[in-house]
Amino acid sequence: MTTGENKETLPQTTTNSDQRSTPSQLVTALQREHAGWISEVIEAHGEVTAIVPAPQIVDVCAALKAGADSRFDFLADLCGADRGVEEEPRFEVNYHLFSTSKHHRLRLKVLLNEAHVHVPTVTGVWRTANWHERETFDLFGVVFDGHPDLRRILLPDDWQGYSLRKDFPLRGYEPYSLK
Amino acid sequence: MSSTVNIPPQFEIVDRPLDTQMTISMGPQHPSTHGVLRLELVLDGEMVVKSTPDIGYLHTGMEKLFEYKKYQQGIVITDRMDYLNPLGNNLAYVMAVEKLLELEIPERAQTIRVLMCELQRIASHLVWLATHALDIGAMTVFFYCFREREKILNLIEAASGGRLTPSYFRIGGLMMDLPSGFERRVQQFQDGFLKSVEEFHTLLTGNRIFQKRTQGVGVISAEDAIDWGLSGPCLRGSGVNLDIRRANPYTGYEHYDFEVPTETDCDVWARYLVRMRELKESHKIVAQALGRLKPGPVKADDPKVVLPDREAMKTHMDALIHHFLIVAEGFDVPKGEVYHPIEASKGELGVYVKSDGGPKPARVHFRGPSFVNLSALPHMSEGAMVADIVAIIGSLDIVLGEIDR
Repeated sequence: MTTGENKETLPQTTTNSDQRSTPSQLVTALQREHAGWISEVIEAHGEVTAIVPAPQIVDVCAALKAGADSRFDFLADLCGADRGVEEEPRFEVNYHLFSTSKHHRLRLKVLLNEAHVHVPTVTGVWRTANWHERETFDLFGVVFDGHPDLRRILLPDDWQGYSLRKDFPLRGYEPYSLK
Repeated sequence: MSSTVNIPPQFEIVDRPLDTQMTISMGPQHPSTHGVLRLELVLDGEMVVKSTPDIGYLHTGMEKLFEYKKYQQGIVITDRMDYLNPLGNNLAYVMAVEKLLELEIPERAQTIRVLMCELQRIASHLVWLATHALDIGAMTVFFYCFREREKILNLIEAASGGRLTPSYFRIGGLMMDLPSGFERRVQQFQDGFLKSVEEFHTLLTGNRIFQKRTQGVGVISAEDAIDWGLSGPCLRGSGVNLDIRRANPYTGYEHYDFEVPTETDCDVWARYLVRMRELKESHKIVAQALGRLKPGPVKADDPKVVLPDREAMKTHMDALIHHFLIVAEGFDVPKGEVYHPIEASKGELGVYVKSDGGPKPARVHFRGPSFVNLSALPHMSEGAMVADIVAIIGSLDIVLGEIDR
C-alpha cells in the first residue's frame, strides 16, 4: 500500500456522470501537462493505447492511479509481446488498466530495444504486477528493474532462453525438446 | 547416477531442528491443491509464517501454440485452459477476434451465448462447491453437486457434442444452432435446480463446523483485494460491487436483469455466500435467456470468415470455394490489437490478441483470473493455520490449467 488515499477508490456503482472524461481525454491531458510522459495516443477498436517511454512508466501509472478523474486503481493485465526479430524496437510491454469506480479501460505500451530490455517495475503502484512481471520476464526476458522477486514463474529455473520470443523454436531446445 | 537438474536454492527444503520454524512442501500432489500447485510453507508450529506458491507444473506453452495456429484453430486450445469453464474461455477468445474483424453477431447467437455461459458458470460453481466442501471435510455435498453438474454437461454435450471441450462458440457466431427440444431440456434442469440449491444450503450453510472453518479465515480487505487484482467472486466477497457483465457489458448482458451479490466479511465464508447467491442469479439469467430466444441466424453474414451451411456448400460453387479457403488457408485478420475482458466464473478473463495481418495471430495472451487470484494467497494466508490454507485455496477457486497455460 503506497498511499492512504486508496480508501476513496472504493467503488460506488455509479453508472451516471455524463461529464466524465474519457480515457483518451485523460491521457491527452496528461500528455499536455507533462512533456515527454506520453509519446503517442492511438485509438482503435474502441480502445485507447498510450505509448509511454520506459523511464516514465512508473510516474505515468502512479499519476493515472491517483488522478481524481482517472482512478485507474486496478491493473487488469500486464503482458509482453515480441514484434518480430527484425523489428526495432523489438519488444513491447502492455499494461491494461481498469478503474473499479469509473469502469473505463486504458492500455499503456512501452517499447523496448533488443539491446536494452529493461523497464522499471510497477509493483510499487499495484502489487498485482508482481506475478505478471515475473511471467513477462520468464517468457520474454524483459527485466523489470526494482522488482522484489524477479525469477522464473512458469518454466523451470534452469530453462535456457525465453520461450515466447519469435526466434525460440516451437518445439524447444534440448534437453526439453519435444522431438 | 548423475543428476542434471540443479535444485535452485529457494526450493531446497532446509530442516533446522533447533529452529522453531520449519519449511514444508505442500503439493504438487496434495489433493487439496486442486491440480498441481505446490506451496512452500514456512511454519512456526501450526502457524503459517510465509507461503510461496510454486506454479508451472502444467505449463504447456499454449500462448506460443496460438502463434502457430490459425485463428479458428485457437478455439480448441482455449477449452483446455480453464477446463471447468470452457465456454467462457471460448467466448473471451472469439469476442476478441470478432472485435478485430468488426463482425456483427446475430441476436440469436448472442442469446445462446449468454444461455450457455450461464449454464457453464453454474457447472463451474458446482465443482467449486463440491471440492471446497470436500477439502474442508463435508463429503456428501460432492455427490449432490456432481449430480446437478452432470445435467449441465449433458446439455452442453447435446448442443456441441463435447462435455468438457465444447468449442461451441466460433468466430462469427456458433458452431451450429441448438438441437430441437433443447429449450425443454434446459427448462427441466431449471425446474429442479432451485430445490438443489436449497439442499446445498441445508448441508453447509447452517453447519457449525463449516462456519467455524470458514468465518474469519483468509481475510483480505477491499483495498488490498483491488491492489492484488482480485476479481470475480473473490473481489465481491470483499465488498466490492464489480461485475464486468455490468461494468463493461458484452454480448447483450445489458438487457438482463440480475443482481451482483456482494458480501462484506472479506473471508472464506463471504466468498462462499457470494458464489451460492450467484448460482441463483445465473439461474435467473438462464430463465431470461430462454425467454429471449427467437428464431434467426446463428452465424454472422460474412462468407470470408464464417463457414457456409452444409447444404449451401453442396449446391453453391461460391460457398464451396469459401469453405475450402477458410479451412485450407484461414482468413486474414486486419492489423491491430485488442484486449477483451469478460466475467468468467472465476473473475476477469481478459484476452489480448495482436494481429500483424494474415491468418495467424502475432500474440495471444490470456489474463486468467485464477493466476491473479492465486498471487494474493501469500497475503491472505499469513498468520493462518495449516488447515486454513486448504480452506483459502478452495475459496479462491483456482484451476491450474488456466494458471500455467
